[in-house]
Amino acid sequence: MDLSLAHRFEGAATVVEVGGEIDVYTAPKLREEIISLVESGHYRLVLDMENVEFLDSTGLGVLVGGLKRVRAHDGALHLVCTQERILKIFRITGLTKVFPIHATVADAVQAME
Amino acid sequence: MSTVELRFTAVPAHVRTARLVVVSLGRRLGVDEELLDEVRLAVGEAAARAVRRHQASCPTASVLVRMIASEDRFVVEVADCAAVPGGSSSEADPLDELAEHASQGYEGDDALPAGLDLVVIGGLVDDLSVHEAPDGSTVIMGWPLSGNRPPVVGAAQASG
Repeated sequence: MDLSLAHRFEGAATVVEVGGEIDVYTAPKLREEIISLVESGHYRLVLDMENVEFLDSTGLGVLVGGLKRVRAHDGALHLVCTQERILKIFRITGLTKVFPIHATVADAVQAME
Repeated sequence: MSTVELRFTAVPAHVRTARLVVVSLGRRLGVDEELLDEVRLAVGEAAARAVRRHQASCPTASVLVRMIASEDRFVVEVADCAAVPGGSSSEADPLDELAEHASQGYEGDDALPAGLDLVVIGGLVDDLSVHEAPDGSTVIMGWPLSGNRPPVVGAAQASG
């Protein structure tokens, strides 16, 4: 597949490293990963998007779905992203107001404490 | 003017194929590197929209992507042949609906408001038009070509 996923635990957060392309074809894999983490009790998620090369509106839908799933358990979902080409779609859709977006994983994990 | 056409079965896997082909050609024709990320995302959204429409209405029909290079513009048309009834589905602004959707509780569905794909494309492409008809729609997007570019293979050579 064109999407790679790995996760680790840092502090209070589960850091999900996402790599490759998140589009209509690969987004279901990301959705399943988020669902699996939430079902196993991980409600404070940091998605590290620094190695994401492409994100479309289907991917945004999965991120919004993930946010809603963790919020149902009083959790949080933060993003790490400094790439303008990825941030652009958040800006166009106004989702920069919905997702906390950090410059580093350390910042995101700290915000979860 | 020269044209390249790509037809693909309306499945999600080929949305990336369409992105790859269009960006490769755009780069070769001289679209600025800075604009290519926009081309990739806009074409990806248009192709994914076409695939969704086909899956709902004509799943065995192919989606058509036409890439047209003229003297100073690179135009990409993504055409579907989906019969979607009733024209525009609602008057609501997809961005307002998105803000509301994001603030609501989880309802078991990741789908974003209809029309958001066109909002994204509109935010990326100045030269955008969408033609809707009962038997299909075409999304037409254009980008400028910079002055320095290699000659297109097969184009008639100007004298001198």
